[in-house]
Amino acid sequence: MNPLISELKSLLPAESVLHDREDLRPFECDGLSVYRQLPMAVVLPGTVEEVQKVVRLCRAHNVPVVARGAGTGLSGGALPLENGVLLSLAKFKRIIDIDVENAMATVEPGVRNLAISEAAARFGLYYAPDPSSQIACTIGGNVAENSGGVHCLKYGLTVHNILMLKIVTMEGELLTIGSQTLDTPGYDLLALMTGSEGLLGIIVEVTVKLLPKPERAQVVLAAFDDVARAGEAVGAIISAGIIPAGLEMMDRLAIQAAEDFAHAGYPRDAEAILLCELDGTHAEVSEYIMEVRKILTDNGATEVRTAKDEAERQLFWKGRKSAFPAVGRISPDYYCMDGTIPRSQLPRVLRQISDWSAEYGLPVANVFHAGDGNLHPLILFDGNKPGELERTEEFGSRILDLCVEVGGTITGEHGVGVEKIDQMCTQFKGPELNQFHAIKAAFDPSGLLNPGKAVPTLHRCAEFGAMHVHHGRLPHAGLERF
Amino acid sequence: MDDISLQQQVLNALENKAPLRIASGGSKAFLGQHVTGTPVDLQTHTGIIEYDPRELVLTARSGTKLSEVEKALADAGQMLAFEPPHFGAGATLGGTISTGLSGPRRPYSGSARDFVLGCKMLNGRGEIASFGGQVMKNVAGYDVSRLLAGSHGTLGILLEISLKVLPIPASSITVSRECSQEDAIPIMNEFLSKPYPVDGACHDGERVHVRISGSEQAVKEARNKIPGEILPDAELFWHGLREQTLPFFNRPGTLYRIAVKPATRPLHLDGHWLLDWGGAQRWLYSEEDAATIRHQAGLAGGHVTAFRNGSNSTPLPPSLLALHRRLKASFDPEDIFNRGHLFATL
Repeated sequence: MNPLISELKSLLPAESVLHDREDLRPFECDGLSVYRQLPMAVVLPGTVEEVQKVVRLCRAHNVPVVARGAGTGLSGGALPLENGVLLSLAKFKRIIDIDVENAMATVEPGVRNLAISEAAARFGLYYAPDPSSQIACTIGGNVAENSGGVHCLKYGLTVHNILMLKIVTMEGELLTIGSQTLDTPGYDLLALMTGSEGLLGIIVEVTVKLLPKPERAQVVLAAFDDVARAGEAVGAIISAGIIPAGLEMMDRLAIQAAEDFAHAGYPRDAEAILLCELDGTHAEVSEYIMEVRKILTDNGATEVRTAKDEAERQLFWKGRKSAFPAVGRISPDYYCMDGTIPRSQLPRVLRQISDWSAEYGLPVANVFHAGDGNLHPLILFDGNKPGELERTEEFGSRILDLCVEVGGTITGEHGVGVEKIDQMCTQFKGPELNQFHAIKAAFDPSGLLNPGKAVPTLHRCAEFGAMHVHHGRLPHAGLERF
Repeated sequence: MDDISLQQQVLNALENKAPLRIASGGSKAFLGQHVTGTPVDLQTHTGIIEYDPRELVLTARSGTKLSEVEKALADAGQMLAFEPPHFGAGATLGGTISTGLSGPRRPYSGSARDFVLGCKMLNGRGEIASFGGQVMKNVAGYDVSRLLAGSHGTLGILLEISLKVLPIPASSITVSRECSQEDAIPIMNEFLSKPYPVDGACHDGERVHVRISGSEQAVKEARNKIPGEILPDAELFWHGLREQTLPFFNRPGTLYRIAVKPATRPLHLDGHWLLDWGGAQRWLYSEEDAATIRHQAGLAGGHVTAFRNGSNSTPLPPSLLALHRRLKASFDPEDIFNRGHLFATL
């Protein structure tokens, strides 16, 4: 047996160290299952001390460590390394404290996102960020990915809703980042840790901010016979000084798939629908609903419907939230993209995607967090057809390049992981990438935490750039190439 | 001053190993440790680069006057929702983000760093680098632009900043009533866990003031639920609180800022208190010695900054200080920017 595994077994209870092939299998991938890899071993520590022991041992053996929450990530951030240890936080499932007076909750990283809101519900409180996977995904993973959800425009991302973290560094040191007060002396390490994809430290405790549940939430559904017009209606709502709790757009293919799946009552013949949720006090919501209905009609909506009751509101959302599995039913495989663009660029980007869709012969369903510009084109393909995955990836990569070109980003909420590591070279140049590596080294001098993810090396970018020469200009021209 | 001349200034400083002091309007020069070094003046590095109210994003050069930014936003019915203090007519956008200060709305809408979307900066290797962007959701790379907020210019020179902006509430009133500090804390606290449209709550030593903002209807509805009289000249009051021009702040001696969990009971420290941020940010003038103040705040899980006329703040624990040093070196290996400004030992 590998000497590291025997040592791990001497540190942890026997059932907490897995190394047989069949035991490792469930950990071979995260939510991005096109990438699979068995790790050398999986460890399931149950205490912070055990986490510290494991990383110190790995550090001493120069073995990389990949942390994993529920494994619902969509960019391969928790993909194991062949020569590495996969550290699962699955046993950290305790809600440590709900502090009602101060509206905060302290939880272990393996607590599911939705479980926090469920536990806080009896106090009239909830945790705002609500990624679609909130039934399954854990708060530790949410912090690592800076997860969003459909309510980001009004309530922010994970980074806006957490107060304090406890992390274990690759040196085995336990650090407290942030505090239970609204700010903390020194640099804003909390911002840096959030979305760091497991490269800077292992999160072992999270204190989140809780919000009072709004008195009322109401949703308006509007249909459009033109996607661009729906986009303009979004701008008009925001220009009117209204910040909806959620503002979602779906295009024709997404509407039809979702309707067949969830029977949400969506108009199947519309080119686009908008779902606009308003929340707040009773009076406020009534006032905004009237205003929003008028704006939608003035902007050419062919139909405007307000959910008649809570059940219909839930149904409208069910359609949207099941859009991904719904698309999964109409195609053998689909590839979910995650770019963000300035909203004004939506017509241009959708037109281009539609042209490319025809060129590649691959249908695309578009689901769009319209309020914050986060676009999820779902490319439909068949992985069993030779070369189709490769063509899909090429198509996807062109979409992400386009997002950067129009002033957006390659990932709004799913993270870089292994999936978009090459696109990082499109978005960032040498000075930024160098700075990222320097930050990584400040936290993790040995470079053993989740290496190879999130930030590409300059050499990788040089090679990638050589394959993607734009307008005859070679990026990273000063670099040696091989 | 353009990016290239600023870059040249940094490269010269690197070559001569001469530290730089980043300066602009000087409105917040009283904060932090005293810095020496050749001044880098950003006052001519100005201008709003992009602002489309429909996108809720504004991008401007760091030397742009805060008042100019706020004027442009107000003309479109929008605002910086973290209600930044100016502390003087010279206040710039760069200084606002570098110091990371937020006004009375902070607990209800978020802090300066919460609204930062991206930045262009000049690091201590003389490189120009851009982080984040002009979109709300962006998880590509580490969140460097938010790290720079509140770093007091110790990691680099901010060149351009993109911020999320929000609409100005349609209506706002302030309800006020007399009560003790002890009674004010639970009153203010209720607004954290009940869905009231409140965006300011403070106790000035004698009275609790609650600012209600939102749609006309929402304000009317909430006003009926919150007891107290309508405060006349409310805008002036909140301005005075934010800018520290209320009579309370007209005292000699050190002004301490104590950050605690909002529901924390009154701390056992004699002096003059003003509670803002619904109790989460407490201002104190006290004869007690700094160590006692730090100790009492520490017992409540809080921390202390000597905000004006003092230098005795809560230090970092050694392990975090070491990480801060490594992080500072990752941006500024030769330690040329605002040396010793954030912590004398950093």
